Formats: sequence, C-alpha cells, structure tokens
Amino acid sequence: MSIVINGRELQFRPGETVLQIACRAGIKIPHLCSLDWSPSPSASCRLCVVEVEGSPKLQTSCTLIASDGMVVHTHTPRILKARRTIVELMVANHPPDCLGCHRAGTCELADLARELGVRPRQYVGIKKDHPLDISSSAIWRDPNKCVLCGRCVTMCHQIQGVGAIDYIDRGFRTQVGPGFYKGINVSGCTYCGQCVRVCPTGALMEHSHVDAVVSELGDPNTVVVAQVAPAVPATLSLGRSKPPTVPVMLEHLAAALKQIGFAAVFDTAFSADVTIMEEATEFLGRLQGGGVLPMFTSCSPAWINYVELHRPDLIPHLSTCKSPQQMAGALIKEIYPKYAGLEDKRIVLVSIMPCTAKKYEAEDLGDVDYVLTTRELTTLWDRFGIDFNKFEDRLPLDPPFAEATGAARLFASTGGVMEAAVRTAASLAGAETPTAPLNEARGLDEVKCFTFDVGDTTLNLAVVNGLGQVRTLLEEGPADLHFVEVMSCPGGCAGGGGQPYGTEAADLHRRLDRIYDADAHAEVHSSHENQSVAALYEQYLGQPLGEVSHRLLHRTYTDRSSGVLANDDAQTKRGARAGAGAPH
Amino acid sequence: MSSAPATLAQPAELSREQLIPLLQEVQAKDGYLSQTAMTELAQALDTPVASVYGVATFYNQFRFAPLGEHVIEVCRGTACHVKQSLTLYQHLERRLKLRPDGNSADGRFSVLSVACVGACSIAPVIKLDGEFYGHLTVEKLDALLDGIDKHDTESPTEPNQEQPTEASHS
Amino acid sequence: MNRSVLIEPCCSLCTHSPGRPCPDLITCIQEGPLCHDDDTCRTLRAERLETVRRGGDGTVLFVGAGTCGRANGALHVIAKTKSYLEERSVPARLVEVGCVGFCQREVFVDLQKGDGLRLSYCDLTPDNVDEFLEAVFEKNELRNRFLYGRYGEAPGYEDVPLVADTPFFSRQTRVVLENCGLIDPASLDSALAAGAFAAAARALTTMTREEVCDMVAESGLRGRGGAGFPTGQKWKVALNTAAHQKYLICNADEGDPGAFMDRAILEGDPFRIIEGMLIAAYAIGATKAYVYCRAEYPLAIARLQGAIAQCRKAGLLGANILGSLTDLDIVIKQGAGAFVCGEETAILASIEGGRGMPRPRPPYPAVAGLHGMPTVLNNVETLANVSGILRNGPAWFRDLGLGEAAGTKVFALSGRVRNTGLVEVPVGIPLREIVYGIGGGAPEGHQIKAVQIGGPSGGCIPDEYLDVPTDYGKLQELGAMMGSGGMVVMDERSCMVDVARYFMEFIRNESCGKCTPCREGTTRMYEILTALTKRPVGEEIQRLERFRGLLHLEELAATIKETSLCGLGQSAANPVLSTLRFFRDEYEAHILEDRCPAGVCQGLRTYAIDTATCVGCMACKKVCPAGAILGERKSAHYIIVDRCLGCGACVDACPKQSITLVA
Repeated sequence: MSIVINGRELQFRPGETVLQIACRAGIKIPHLCSLDWSPSPSASCRLCVVEVEGSPKLQTSCTLIASDGMVVHTHTPRILKARRTIVELMVANHPPDCLGCHRAGTCELADLARELGVRPRQYVGIKKDHPLDISSSAIWRDPNKCVLCGRCVTMCHQIQGVGAIDYIDRGFRTQVGPGFYKGINVSGCTYCGQCVRVCPTGALMEHSHVDAVVSELGDPNTVVVAQVAPAVPATLSLGRSKPPTVPVMLEHLAAALKQIGFAAVFDTAFSADVTIMEEATEFLGRLQGGGVLPMFTSCSPAWINYVELHRPDLIPHLSTCKSPQQMAGALIKEIYPKYAGLEDKRIVLVSIMPCTAKKYEAEDLGDVDYVLTTRELTTLWDRFGIDFNKFEDRLPLDPPFAEATGAARLFASTGGVMEAAVRTAASLAGAETPTAPLNEARGLDEVKCFTFDVGDTTLNLAVVNGLGQVRTLLEEGPADLHFVEVMSCPGGCAGGGGQPYGTEAADLHRRLDRIYDADAHAEVHSSHENQSVAALYEQYLGQPLGEVSHRLLHRTYTDRSSGVLANDDAQTKRGARAGAGAPH
Repeated sequence: MSSAPATLAQPAELSREQLIPLLQEVQAKDGYLSQTAMTELAQALDTPVASVYGVATFYNQFRFAPLGEHVIEVCRGTACHVKQSLTLYQHLERRLKLRPDGNSADGRFSVLSVACVGACSIAPVIKLDGEFYGHLTVEKLDALLDGIDKHDTESPTEPNQEQPTEASHS
Repeated sequence: MNRSVLIEPCCSLCTHSPGRPCPDLITCIQEGPLCHDDDTCRTLRAERLETVRRGGDGTVLFVGAGTCGRANGALHVIAKTKSYLEERSVPARLVEVGCVGFCQREVFVDLQKGDGLRLSYCDLTPDNVDEFLEAVFEKNELRNRFLYGRYGEAPGYEDVPLVADTPFFSRQTRVVLENCGLIDPASLDSALAAGAFAAAARALTTMTREEVCDMVAESGLRGRGGAGFPTGQKWKVALNTAAHQKYLICNADEGDPGAFMDRAILEGDPFRIIEGMLIAAYAIGATKAYVYCRAEYPLAIARLQGAIAQCRKAGLLGANILGSLTDLDIVIKQGAGAFVCGEETAILASIEGGRGMPRPRPPYPAVAGLHGMPTVLNNVETLANVSGILRNGPAWFRDLGLGEAAGTKVFALSGRVRNTGLVEVPVGIPLREIVYGIGGGAPEGHQIKAVQIGGPSGGCIPDEYLDVPTDYGKLQELGAMMGSGGMVVMDERSCMVDVARYFMEFIRNESCGKCTPCREGTTRMYEILTALTKRPVGEEIQRLERFRGLLHLEELAATIKETSLCGLGQSAANPVLSTLRFFRDEYEAHILEDRCPAGVCQGLRTYAIDTATCVGCMACKKVCPAGAILGERKSAHYIIVDRCLGCGACVDACPKQSITLVA
C-alpha cells in the first residue's frame, strides 16, 4: 500500500499515521504534542496539520491513519501560514528570556519559531504569570514556559502511572502542575524525570548542579572526584560516527573529566558488582531462610520513591541494598581518602547519572555531593570548552574502583540487574554460572515474567520495565514470584529521565545494543568474579551482609505516603492501601 | 513499546465515572470543595489527587472557598447581554462593594456571573438564593436587595429562609 | 399523580403487571383491554383515560411552571392560588405543567371545567392572580382581561379564538412541543393518555433494529443539536459495529446562550424523551443510556428523574421491556458547567469522570465512544422527534419540512422582539417569518438590525437577509449556522462590535484549553475586540495596535477555524467573521472615529460636566471609579476624558443633572 506525500510515493504498513510515514521519509512535519512513547496522540498542538486531497479541512497528521492512494501535502502556503500563526500565539504567551534559558540551543519552540519565520511581538496582551516551583531537589518547574503540549502529562499518567501532575484549570488559564497548585515536592512525584526528558521547552528541568560543580572545581581546598554510571558512556558513544565500546568511552570520559579538574574518575559499574554480591546474598538468604518474598530490587531511586510515597505496603519486599550510586558514594568517602593519602582534604563526589531521581537520593542518603545528569554533563563540557565528540584522549579509570564486569554494565538496561543477579546467585547457590545471555530479561517488553532453575529450585522471576507496569505486574502477574527487578524508566537507565532530550524508542534500542555489546565483550561476566570486588571484601568488608557492609551498603526505608499532598485544611492520613494487589 | 502501556487505567475506570457526581455531592453538602474532601475522594477512587483537582478546576460549578449567605447569580446569556445585564452586574458591584472574588465587602453576598440559565425570553434574569427573577431593572434589583436587608436585620438568626419577593411585591 | 391509574388492572382478569412484561401493555392501556373481552372494562378504561386526559375530575387549573414561568412568578401564583382555593374550599385541582412556549405572556393558567371546557389565561402575576381567581370563582366571569384563548370545542365560547389560531401560534407547526404546557409532566399516566410509548412499543415488539434505523434514515431527520448529521445514518454505524456493550447518550447540555428548547421539552414533556431514547437504544442495541444534562437546569433534571422512576416502576425501563427481551437503563449525568461539554467527545470524557476536553475524531463515537464502545449521541430535540416518525411514518415527517428539508425545528426567540418564547416551525421557513410573523418584529419605535442565530458558533444575519430559509446549508452560506436553535433579535440599540466581543469573551471563557489556536487565539481576539471598544489612550502605539487589530482578527479567525481540534474552536470565529462581513462600518466607526454608533461601548462614551450648573458638591468625584473627575469643593468640576471609563456613575450621582453624555 502506498500514499503520495508532496508528490513522493511512499509505502506504509496498515495503521501507520501520515506523520510516521513522513518522518521516515525525511519529511519534517513540525509537531509538539505527539510522542512516539504513547499510542494515542492528544492532537493538541495542531502544528502537524496537513492537506489531504479531497478533504476541505486541514487534518492533523499525527492522528491521520494513512489509506491506500491518499494524496497529502505537508507544506503548502495555507499550512505554513496556519503553523506560523499557531507558533506566534505560543510565543505571545511565552517569557522573552530565551538568552538566559537553560534550553537555549535545545528548545523546540525556538526551533519552530525560526523554521516558520515567526514575526516578533505579533500579539500583545496578557501572559501567564505563575510562580516558579523550586520546591524539590531534583526537578524544577517554570509553568510560564509551558506550551501545554501535554507530553509530560502523558508520560506521568499513561507511561509511568504516577499522576503527580495533571492539567489544572481551563482555557487560557490552563496549566500543568500538582494538585492544589502545590510544589512538586509534595505531589507524590517520584522524580523519574520522564517529563523533563520529553519537555520541548524550559518548563521542566532538573535542579542543575552544574554551577555548583564548576565552583567546587575551582576551589583549591577540595578534591573533586567523579563516578560515572554505565548508561552514560553507552549513550555518549552514540554521539560519535564510529561508536567506541563502553570501556573505551569511559576512558575518554575519564580523560575529559580530569582535563577540567577532576582528581579521580571511578566506574559506578564497580559498585554495581558490589550491589550484586550483596543483593544476591540477601535474596538467597530470604529464599532459604523464609524471608519476605518476592524481593524487589532497589537500584532505581524513583522506584524507591514510588514505594515510599504510594505503596509503603511493599517496603518489606524491597532489598535493603543501597543503589550502586550510594554504595559507590559510601565506599569512596570511606576508603578513597586513605587509599590516596588525602585524609586531610575535603573530598567532593560528583555522580554522573542518566537520572534525575539520583539527585533526590543523594540528598536523602548523603555521601554523594552532586549529581549531574547526562544532559548537564554536556553543559559542563560546553562550559569548559570541551568538544567531547572529537575528544580523543583516554585515561584509565582510577583504582580501587575501576574494574567492572559485563554483569555490572548490564545495570544500564531493563532486565540487566536481574541478569547480573541470576549469574551470581546461581554461583553462590552452588550451581553453575550461566554464560548465555538471559534473553527473557532483555528487550523492551513491559513486563517480563520467566522462570530460572538454580539447582533443584525453580525461581519465578519478573522484570518490570517502567513504573507504569508495577501495577500490571501486581494485579495481573503470577502470585508466587521470588525476585522482581523494577527499573523506573522505560528501557531502564538507558531511557533515564536525565538522558538527552528527544530520546526516542529507536535510540533506546541503540543504547541497549551498546550495553549488551559491552557485556558480550567483557573479560569477566559475573560480579563474583570481579577481582577488585573480591579484594574489597577480603581487605575491608569481610563478607556480603557482614557488619561493615551493613553499615556502608545497606539502608532502611520510610513510609512517606502521608506527605503526599497533605492538605491545608486538615491533616488526612493517606495510610497504606490494603495490599490487595501485593503478592504474598 | 510492545503493547499499549495504559493497562493500569482499565480497572479504575468504572469507579472513576463517579468522580464528578461525588464532587457535586460534596459541594452540595459542604458548599465548596475542601482539599481534604478532594484528597479523600482521590483515595476512594484510586485516582491521583492532581487529576481530581484537575477535574474540579475544569468545571465552572466547583468552588474552592465557601460562599456568602446570599448568592446572586447574574446570567450572562446573549439575550440578557443584549438587554443590558452588564448594567445589573455593575450596579451590584457598586451597591455591594464587590471584591475581585465576587464577594461583597461585608461577606454577606456572593455575586457570580453564570452561563445562560435558559430563561432568555424574560431577560435580563438573575437567580437570587436559588430563585429566578426576570425582566429585571436596576430599580427592581434594589427592591429585592432592600427586602433582603430588611429581612436580615429583623431576624438575623435565620437568614435566607423566606423568599424576599413578598417584600418587594407589597 | 405518581401512582399510575392506567397501569393498574381494571379487573381480576387483567393480567398486566410490571412483573409480567407484555408486548401489548401499551395498546391495552390506550385502546384495550386486549387481554380479555369485557365491555364494562372497556368503558372503565375509556373513562380512566378521559379523566387522566382532563387532569382529574371537576375543575382543574393548569399552571405553566417551567423555569421561565417560575422566573415570572409562577410559584407565587401557585401558592396564592392554593391558599385561595383552601380558604374558600373551592373544589379545584392545581396541576403544574411546562411552558406552552409563549414566555412573553407568562404566567399562563389554563382553566379546565368538569365538562371539558378548557380556557387559557395569561399575563398573570403574583399581584394580579387574586383578581383573576375572584373573577373566575366568585363572579363566574370566565371572559376576563386575562383570557388568551380556548382549546377544543368550548361550547358557548366559540367566539374566543383557539389558542392555535392566535398570531403567535397560528404560524407554528407543533410536533415536538405538542404536549408542552398541556399535559402534566410529572405523570406517566398523563403522557400515556396523550399517546406516549405506543411508538416505542411498536418498534420494540414488531420491528427489527434495522427497520427502525431505516425508517429514521428515510425520514430525513438530522441532528437538531447544531451540526445536522443524519440521525438514521449515525444509528446504522453504531448498529453495524460489533461490541458487547453499546451506549446511547442524550445530549441535554444545552449550553448555547440564548437557547432553551431542550430545557422546555425536558420540563414539559420528559416522557417523550424517554420514549425517543427507548427507540434509539433499541435501534442501535444499547442497553445503557445516559442523559447528560447541564446542572443549570434543576427543574428539567427533577422532571426527568421523576419520569425515569415511574417508567422503571411501570416496566418501561429495566429488563425485558414489554416482553421484547430489550433491556435499558437510563442514568442522568449532571454537567458541571462547561460549554465545551456539548461537544460529543467532550461529553464522553466528562461522563468517564475526566476533564471535558474533546479528543480527535475519527474514531467517531458511533464506532468507539464511551469507554471505547460504540456510542450514539443525540440531542434532546432529535430524540423528541423519533416517536412521531415511528407513529406517523417517514413520509409524514419529510412533508413537515419545506422544500428539501424534513421535519420541524424549535427556535428560542428572544432579545429585542415583541413576542419572545419557543416557536416550532417547519424547517426551511424563512427567518423573516419567524422574527416578524411570529415574533411581531421589533418593539414599538425600534428597528431590527440583525438576528443572531446559532449561538457562539453562529453568526449575525442582518435584517435585509432575513428572507433566508432556515436551512442548514443556506444559513452556512451567510456565515451563520442552524445551531441548536437560539435566536436573539437585536435592534439599533445593539452594537455589533460589542456583540462580537461578547461572544468572544464567552468562547474564551469556555475554551477547554487543550488545543493551541483556540486557547491562545480566542484570548487574543477578545483582547483586540476589547481594545476596539475602548478609547485609545495617550500613546500612538495603542492607536496603531487598534488598526493592526483588524488585520489580526481576520488572520486569527482563519487559523482558529482551520486548525482547532473541535467544533467549538472551529466555529469560534463565526460571530466575528459574520459581523465583520455585514457590519464593517460599525468596526470602522470604532477604529477610525473612536465612536460606537449604538452608544453601547462604555469605553467610547464621553461625558461632560456643565460648568454653569455644577455646584462643586464633589458627589461625582467620590463615585468615579477611575479618578477621572477633578475639581475643588464649591468650584466647577471637569472630566479627564482619557481617564474616563464611561461607566456613567457620575451621572447618577449628580444632584444637579449637570453631567451629560456628549458622544
């Protein structure tokens, strides 16, 4: 079947929209509201209108399902005029502070204005005038820059199933925000950051640590060190024409970071291996000792927020392991000064993460001083004049937290923690360490349930790809699960809320390929085979779940559900919901 | 994304249909929607509070603060507009010293401008404490308000019980 | 009258009961008995029917107490009548009925004597009702100054005109409104006696769903809510879409300012709507139906609630209706105040418990509507037409309209016209016939300037174009639309720029805020129109903006029309476009001369103080909200024109009448 767009005959699959077909063919139709993450476009921005021969009305190409023989025009004078007027209307109700906006250079509205030839100050009149929301340590909101495209609402409700923000009020007064116009900090927001990642303008942003990091780097009395999460090199490698492997990319990163003043660069994947040692041990302990099952992973801080805010009944199910970021933080702060002879210095630890929730986690648990998202890292490069995609220097990562296994690299992908844990758990249980990829855990399916035999025991395992699927698992999944991995962001950290703007589903696949490739080509595949980790336990920690590791590597959880939009007119307890959907 | 990720919305849908009727019930009982009430409704319907608030703020009917003793609704329909309903509103503004929120300076009156009440044939129309008054003029409006004032001063404990028309007709 | 006399068995042989659904129930009640042959029973039933038809034995007073009647004091008329009858022990019953349609002359009271004589009186008020009662019950003066007309034979009163022959009614064709103001809307019996549910019974028990759809399609009935989509065609789409659950929604969210047809029908004849819904639901295979009614219509909702409850009790709603194995339950959903919820996909969102924001079509609701299931949405008046089509056939319905058009349309006539009220006329009748023929033209000494038709989605048609037929296509050519039927007449006292601004303000307040052109564009258009109705102050820039404004208005109108998501937005600019088209001179007077020809726009008014008579009392200075009046005590004051808002408060305050409007 084929349609004709601007005179070009294009093939399509049944059910495809004109917008999808055009995009594939390299025909750029402007659009602000539709997202390839959601199957049902809201069709609210009206920018993607096209003319269809035989139909007098303009139609939105994001909702227009192609039919055989359809003839479409996408850039006629009539359409260009309509699009320009629409963007002029958006601009008329937008703050004029583009030069000081953190989205300068990446703003989709500014791009559209330029592309469509928007005339300045076309309409004068009232403008939005809402207060900034800087209530949280992770995500800030500037509702004045919002164009009400609704992408964030789609992510928060349809994809993530959280519903911390929604459309409020009506007509010209409409805005997107938490209930009762309160701050995002009390909205029940998990800080997953998916809203920020899809925002076309400066309306949603991470609470930036760039300025603080720059100022620490300039302070002669501090030693600034960094840890880099495994999703970051996998993502950044795709910025180069010939993507280097993850370990090579890490070495580029280490060199660049040291050039701008970092004293040492560690691999968060190292602490991911430590996480597996602790978590696998904890899981076997629960399995054999009659502990609470299923056990849920605890690496994803937005997932932890989700449990503490919305499902405190699940707290006993959470692994007590800190996330790799926080394990690394504790180990670096505890061990590195002695190791490097810097005990008299102030050590500042900066995490480079694909994640916005890590900012909250760092503030909550300490040890990590600043968190930069993948996006903020780009800003940092710009600040110091580093053209990173052309940066060819390499330096090894710093001991004692430099060595990481293929298992740890998988942490950046959905299913990766499960795959890594299975390898080590099997070995700890006395069975053979599996070597083949655990394909049931990989890929972008939303809920992946499967079994795995360890010796005589059949384990029921599940991988939840995105917060929105937690309910699906609890309500529809099997009842006798043993171990569940939850990653808050679709695709895992590879699709994290701190990842570059404009990440599409196709980008996720490419990032996952880099990650799987890193595991496939790793010298060591299982965390328990990591020699540096073994040395760490031997010299310092003793054994997994031992006294020292308890102090440094484990944490507790708090029921914070009563703080969700605690209202002004009285105290109401939101109390733990009856665990109807909770297994066991 | 292999399948529609909206599965979790399905089981909640049936109860969600009750949201607007429940908000209406709460307002009928309390006179307005408190944050407590909305939070409780959100819990009961297993719906985010932001969405409950989003729905409540979408519709004109819902109020988030209590109203005065007497409620005057001035119809802003076309026929009323053509027959100078704005003059009535401005007169109320002056006579009752309305604040920007539509409440009178003494808090006794709330003046709302409402969508067409469908009594266009007898425009201009107002609704005072639930009762319609048509073919209004500034003079007739004054007579109605005088009646209320008189009534409230005489029996200040029981406002709003008797219809004030008797006073204006006598 | 909540107890149904007609449904009760006539004797022990009668087998009818709500617990035993029977296909013949309605025929049995209206023409029976069918279940047994007994002349006594036949007589008994005929007598019962007759009693119900008359509203009871003896003297009955029918008081028009719809919302419009009530606003004219109907409840006080009733209260006074009640106490009058009680005090004097007059044996007469009082029945509240809906609006007969001639709102201008309300309150209407019909007097029905035991012998069947029914006379109609009007212009009653709480003040004069005693005079009326005295005339009727003490002096036996049935011909008194309130007499409007007679119904039926009325021996001895042949010289009194039939109500249907009076100028207001004689040009009308009353089909949908045939019972309004005549029957007791709170009584199922009253409706049954007027023939209700015979058509539904026929459809449910003798026709297939396809046959019902075909019949309605053949009749040419088009949606009366505004867009005019062929009803039968819509039903067929839903019927032919396979699903385990289908829904019917009656759209009673009559939000157009100036429209009140649906309110009057629901208040005056709710059973007609239920019957229409029963037929429609059967035709498409829906078992659950909703009435989405705006909360501003409490009486309509109450009437409907009562009607639904009685129908349930009588087995006309519920399971296995009339033994036809058809189930139907009707739920009332109260709107919560949002004009956009008249749009069909917004209604769906609202019923589902969400913000009433429209969603893109296709899929059309008939394919995927409420909860994703096939859903038919029909407007109240559309459904009110269905039983008539089933009863009298499609040809009858087609013939009702003029030319190509089929059926009748109810219009709500209001504004600057002598006779206001509801008029039902054949579709296709020229507008002039309605405004001048039925409405009686402009009030004494005034001249009709334009008729606003179609509400915020419609346009203003100038007097010289009023010969246009009320036809969907013809009205659109003039930039207006049939709309739901609101018709507001304006004379030379209305300013067309002000009217455009009024509608823009309305749309701007009611825009749901979802799509950009409507949300942002209507606000900008409103701001431009507001600027035109105010004097430019000081800086040249403001004057420039007003010139540019006219260009922007046209540009914005085009974009909003072409790119908005729903019908509300797509038609939002119509009032501006139509006034620009026909009344451009008024716009130019505002822009070029800072003058409002009709003298409506406050911001362009100029007041002056006569220094000769001003005593310097400062009364005007005190009330001026803008601080535009200067002057010392006991010396003449003056007005700073640039600051003046034109509110006229100073005129009222001046004890010496020294302040006058100069422009």
